[in-house]
Amino acid sequence: MEYFLELLLGGLTRGSIYALIALGYTMVYGIIELINFAHGEIYMIGAFTGLIVAGLLTMLGFPGISILAIAITCAIIWAAAYGYTIEKVAYKPLRGAPRLSPLISAIGMSIFLQNYVMLAQTSDFLPFPELIPEFGFMSDFKTVMSSSELVIIVATVLSCIGLTLFIKFTKLGKAMRATAQNRKMAMLVGINVDMVISATFIIGSSLAAVGGVLIASHVGQINYFIGFIAGIKAFTAAVLGGIGSIPGAMLGALVLGLTEAFATGYVSSDYEDVFAFCLLVLILIFRPAGIMGKEKTQKV
Amino acid sequence: MRKLHLIVLCLAMVAMLVACGEAEKKADESADVKTGETAAPAKIVLGVAGAHSGDLASYGLPSVNAAKLVAAKLNAAGGVNGAMVEVVAQDDQCKPELATNAATKMVSEEITIVLGHICSGATKAAMPIYLESKIVVISPSATNPPLTQSGDYPNFFRTIAPDDAQAALEVAFAKGLGLKKIAVIHDKGDYGKGFASFCKTYIEAEDGIEVVLFEGVTPGAVDYSAVVQKIKGSGADGVIFGGYHPEASKIVSGMRKKGVDFPFLSDDGVKDDTFIKVAGKYAEGVYATGPMDFSDNPIYQEAVAAHKAEFGSDPGPFFPEAYSAALALLTAVENAGSTDYDKVVEALHTQYVDTAVGKIKFDAKGDAEGVGFSVYQVRDGKYVEVK
Repeated sequence: MEYFLELLLGGLTRGSIYALIALGYTMVYGIIELINFAHGEIYMIGAFTGLIVAGLLTMLGFPGISILAIAITCAIIWAAAYGYTIEKVAYKPLRGAPRLSPLISAIGMSIFLQNYVMLAQTSDFLPFPELIPEFGFMSDFKTVMSSSELVIIVATVLSCIGLTLFIKFTKLGKAMRATAQNRKMAMLVGINVDMVISATFIIGSSLAAVGGVLIASHVGQINYFIGFIAGIKAFTAAVLGGIGSIPGAMLGALVLGLTEAFATGYVSSDYEDVFAFCLLVLILIFRPAGIMGKEKTQKV
Repeated sequence: MRKLHLIVLCLAMVAMLVACGEAEKKADESADVKTGETAAPAKIVLGVAGAHSGDLASYGLPSVNAAKLVAAKLNAAGGVNGAMVEVVAQDDQCKPELATNAATKMVSEEITIVLGHICSGATKAAMPIYLESKIVVISPSATNPPLTQSGDYPNFFRTIAPDDAQAALEVAFAKGLGLKKIAVIHDKGDYGKGFASFCKTYIEAEDGIEVVLFEGVTPGAVDYSAVVQKIKGSGADGVIFGGYHPEASKIVSGMRKKGVDFPFLSDDGVKDDTFIKVAGKYAEGVYATGPMDFSDNPIYQEAVAAHKAEFGSDPGPFFPEAYSAALALLTAVENAGSTDYDKVVEALHTQYVDTAVGKIKFDAKGDAEGVGFSVYQVRDGKYVEVK
């Protein structure tokens, strides 16, 4: 039973990280029907920003938990700036182009960012400080769940709730839903579509940056390539849940994370990816649009 | 006028190609060692076989240089049993079909001792020919385990540890630590999985120690908490990991954070300072095997200095092993008193030789004792050799 619980929590942690990244994929797809392959790189850049800021603050002697807060804030701002810029540079000029063009542009952006970070920073693995302290009240459960896992799960849950409320109740959220449903119509009723798209990229990038800093602090290492696998897995999660649907991305990420954890725990970690992708194929056979995806209906 | 230009240009290009060809030919000639017909009565011919041209030449040529340096050194001291040592090189380009040619040539020139070959595949192809003609062969670089372990070639020796030596050492060390149940984890790569499979085989062959978990992890995955839980749940009292440091540091820090504090042993992919840097405090106490350090060895230092003086460059790969092999062969001839096959083989098996890779002799199967890997442990942020 304890073993099951441990696997469950491990899977939830992994799923939470996937969810934070998958939300960015799914939101962007919902609004402009583009798979933003550079999104994994935003996650990586968020983590690097966190590393640099945390290093600086540690040198200046800030106390533990404030470093985490400031590092995440800086990572969010920096990654959001990247997301905004990428959209303006790589996708906006191609908005009227055939759908393949922005896709290629996205792949190019991803390669560019990876190599840029490799050259500007390093190709080596770097240690990432443990920004999440071991909480006193968690010491009894240490073997089952570490504090960083708790923080990751809680942060993801809060982000998801926050995002859902934002989409549902704010004016901008309403504008996003409208744009997702029909961009032309939204423009006709006076929505600044460009602004809405920018906002989508900014929100998606911010969530990825939070995920980047938290997971880097959890595993304690970082390099320029971490965005690739995380991005692919999150993209899988988004497709699994139904790309374009926000609750779908959350659900898909959790399902993927749990599948991987249980496949490792009860079968073999050799087959971790095999199980994850078999599940994807199965779900797509029976529900081609993903778990929560509906054919041709609202996307955000 | 224009055509004339073109013709001149074409001619110039042809001329350049010819010049290149000539230069290459010259280089080849200079690389080949003279097979001079100086019919001095007392001489010992040391054959050197390996890749001396082609894309793997950089692995083979250092052994030619090593043989020349050893020959020059011994000749300056009066030769071996009064006979001058002469070096004859045969190129096999690391290709099995050329290796058999090279071996046949050695046989026809009545050479009795050979340093080589370089690549395992080529060595395997040439060995039956040498065995038939009773020629003693020492390779500085063929690491394929069955070459010695199959027992097929009693005339084959090597001064480098076989591929599985690291695994054998690792398992012996784990047993020495008193571990009984081992979780063997690898990164699914050729190197990591190969190492882990060797470890598994060795553990299964031993009594009192067993493999309780054998699993591959996906390199680069977001985290390894599920594998860590599995290690914990498997009842293991030690982990052997085959792979590189990024995965090792993630697994070991995951284990330590979950309060799993039994020994973590790994390979020379982890014996890297980056591992200590990344894993930080969690790296403390981790064991890793790595190649033995022989940079302090006076013979090694002397050989490198001689190489610099003679060839004006730093020696290439497998140079210390080749230097040691040549030294071991010629010393064995000296100890045997002649180039008689049985006596030379016996001398190689029984008498220690001081070489560039340490004081060695060869075990019953032909692997050098005292060559290979050591166990290191992270202590205070540094790898320290465990004696």
